[in-house]
Amino acid sequence: MEPADILDQNHELSLREFPYIVRWRDDRCTRCGRCTAVCPVNAIEAAPHVHRRVFSEGGSPNPQASREIVHVVRQVTDIERYCTGCGTCTLVCPNEAIEPEYNPRNKFLTYKNVGGVPFRRGGRRNDPTPSTVDQLKFTRISMLTDPALDAGRHEFRIRTLLGRNLPPEALPLKRRGDRLVVGKTAVRPAFSALGANQSEPGFIPPVREIYPIRIGSMSIGALSPHMWEGLAMGVAYLNEVEGMPVVMCTGEGGMPPRLLKSRFAKYFILQIASGYFGWDEIIHAIPEMTEDPAAIEIKYGQGAKPGDGGLLMAYKVLKLIAQIRGVPEFVDLASPPTHQTKYSIEEAVAKMIQSMSMAWGFRVPVYPKISGTKTAMAVLNNLARNPYAGALCIDGEDGGTGAAYNVSMDKMGHPIASNIRDCYLDLVAQGKQNELPLIAAGGMGKTGNLAANAAAMIMLGASAVDMGKHIMQAAAWCFGDEYNRCNLCNTGRCPRGITTQDPRLYRRLDPDVVAQRVVDVFKSADVELRKIFAPLGRSTELPIGMSDALGVADESIAERLKISYVC
Amino acid sequence: MCRLSAITSAEYFSPMENVMALNTMKEGHDGSGLGLVLRDLGGDFESLKQYPVLSGICSRDGLNMLDAFMMTAGFREVHFWEPDIDASAPLPELGQRDHYFARAYEYPPAMKNRSQADREELLLDTRLALRELGEENESIFVFSFYPDTITLKEVGDPLELGRFFRLDDGSLEAKIVLAQGRQNTNYDIYLYACHPFFLQGYCTMTNGENTAFVPIMEFLTGRGFPGYMGYNSDSEVFAHILHYTQRQLGYPLTYYKDVMTPLSEAEIDGRKDAAALRLIRRSLRPLCIDGPNCIIGFTPDGSVFMTQDAKKLRPGVVGGVPGKYALMSEECGLDEAVPERDKTQDFSPMKYDMAIIKPGAGELKRWNQLTY
Repeated sequence: MEPADILDQNHELSLREFPYIVRWRDDRCTRCGRCTAVCPVNAIEAAPHVHRRVFSEGGSPNPQASREIVHVVRQVTDIERYCTGCGTCTLVCPNEAIEPEYNPRNKFLTYKNVGGVPFRRGGRRNDPTPSTVDQLKFTRISMLTDPALDAGRHEFRIRTLLGRNLPPEALPLKRRGDRLVVGKTAVRPAFSALGANQSEPGFIPPVREIYPIRIGSMSIGALSPHMWEGLAMGVAYLNEVEGMPVVMCTGEGGMPPRLLKSRFAKYFILQIASGYFGWDEIIHAIPEMTEDPAAIEIKYGQGAKPGDGGLLMAYKVLKLIAQIRGVPEFVDLASPPTHQTKYSIEEAVAKMIQSMSMAWGFRVPVYPKISGTKTAMAVLNNLARNPYAGALCIDGEDGGTGAAYNVSMDKMGHPIASNIRDCYLDLVAQGKQNELPLIAAGGMGKTGNLAANAAAMIMLGASAVDMGKHIMQAAAWCFGDEYNRCNLCNTGRCPRGITTQDPRLYRRLDPDVVAQRVVDVFKSADVELRKIFAPLGRSTELPIGMSDALGVADESIAERLKISYVC
Repeated sequence: MCRLSAITSAEYFSPMENVMALNTMKEGHDGSGLGLVLRDLGGDFESLKQYPVLSGICSRDGLNMLDAFMMTAGFREVHFWEPDIDASAPLPELGQRDHYFARAYEYPPAMKNRSQADREELLLDTRLALRELGEENESIFVFSFYPDTITLKEVGDPLELGRFFRLDDGSLEAKIVLAQGRQNTNYDIYLYACHPFFLQGYCTMTNGENTAFVPIMEFLTGRGFPGYMGYNSDSEVFAHILHYTQRQLGYPLTYYKDVMTPLSEAEIDGRKDAAALRLIRRSLRPLCIDGPNCIIGFTPDGSVFMTQDAKKLRPGVVGGVPGKYALMSEECGLDEAVPERDKTQDFSPMKYDMAIIKPGAGELKRWNQLTY
């Protein structure tokens, strides 16, 4: 038996327990030091190694050995400095000498709880398998008896409606000869009581015609100023130059007041959540606003961390963030998991919807966002009875976040496909599927198939989809993936400069380039949507609920979603 | 592809005229069925216009069930028509049924002082109950139960069926006849899938496939109206959209086109009724069609129309002379039905068009969605 004194590293981890192992090549490395300097978690460091060198000099073999001290790049075995696999080292290496390699046999989660603190991170659910949405195919191809459309030639209207649509029976229309005219309409609904059809006759709820793929809620604060600015510029360009009415949601964090008062405000959905961050500034700006916002989103839940609150760490609350949010600098900003308006959907939530509606004179659609849940239909039915609810956004388990406990992200939540399908069919049974739009979020574009995911959700019954993580990856080269790569959003050390308030990091990100990529993403998704809708023979209105077009090679999914099983 | 043949006239005429027109368009249908709806009846039914007419097919057992049901419901038969079958003509594809019938009934006494709406509701409920009664074992098929309307459907070649039923014997005449020569495509040959479809005075027949069928069907079934059912054919929704927009919502006929092929925002700006159109487009969004469909139909007042989807379109042409107009899938059908017309005035409705002929077939009105 070996003596105990040589096992003095017994309580250290070996690299095999780590999720990523750094492959470093001595022969290629020039010791420039860029990799160690750039590593966001200090997982690698320059270290001295003693090398034994055998050499021979002279005309006949005369092997001799010497010992030399050389500098190497070494991966540390401190779990707090684990290699996240982001690959920034590879990116900056001039000689392809270093690269992290995923270790599928890692035991990372077993150890990442030092000090009793569970693993926390950003990103989305670490499950690289295709989601249900990703397994859906479009199988009703128009052939011979039913000519397909030409994606390049025919007129396509890829638009959706955000806001409450009145049932046709309730439209204030009057017949005047052979024409229909709009009768007397009320500016706002009556406040007498809540419940079905309580609005004053003739009140027409506000509705926006928007692009069916939206940029979901990501706040200034969670995002760096450059990232948020890039997204905002991209959205403005899409609207004003490309004619695509794309909207983005601010997340809970307000908006720069100057932008809020500008003509660009109409491209933004203002989000209010339990912390009400930014709303002091927003309320003060209302009298000076020249345009109404696209909508108001009341966040009650988030797919990535259902039932969990938000927290913007103190070190992210720099001057700009503090000003926009109306808070002191360098204090933790907690959005509680629960809302004071959450206690009763019949009263408190309804009042919240009414308050928000009233703030903009009932000219702006107001809707709640919840995390995917088995109870979504109960929420839906309450909203269906509330004539002022403008939509319901459901964020599925594959939604992303800037910071959450790993257990919340990986194990909590509801897949979006069946959640949306159940809700849609529930509305169909009530004949209200066109009245209350459903917005699907969570995992859209998870494997890069943004347009296909969006089209599949639309055919399951969604009126629109939100993307978050996908646009960070596609427009700003976010490293994060479902192998827990990078996912450092919560630390403020985002190596791409996306989710950090550190100017040394976010200056790496050029807002103009981000904006260009946003435009690229939407324009290419638009082409792909046409390529999906045209062979199905649809182009005039969005094929919401066209479930006969969908097929899946999994009988249980087909049965659950009430679509075709194909193989 | 199916072929459509509609004729509207100031005078009564035989439905055989429609069948002969269908026969000229035979290259376009495979003879898998004939559907006929006659409106504004002549012949024996001319004096029976106030009585609802039940049209259908049934077996011997089915007839007993039907008689018992109608008697219990309080309907008293006032006239009975069955075709004088020509035994020398080829039999229908699925053989001869026991009874093809059109029966005029007197309303139950309880309906004596009731409104037209109440009576229509009773007729619909009765038809649906009879359908349910005989649907499973196919002992009873009922196609319409409405005053001044007869429907006849059977599987087979239209011309052979016309001879089989002796449609030219003068016993059946009408001022409006819609006929479809069926080209069976996606669905099994089934009588309830056969056009034209009729509901409370509204009737359509269609050529084409309806790509937006499922969302439209789901929207209609959610309206809570019992007549929005069946859907053995994806084209049945066109009749129900017509019924829904005209009868239930009270829109003028031309809005049928605006609902199914809504204009774009920019196009709506050019219309005098832009504000109403915007609301209609939003609230009736699920009823938008993408074609390819040519739709021919009539409304209770006797207006006959033809319209198309906005992109793919199917063959359709309208022409005639004052007093008689025909709406056909092809020119050869028009030539057969109204040979004496001025062909230069023939009209093929395109993307934005609707052809409307008012009762009496006095003139063809060309309605355009953009310039209205």
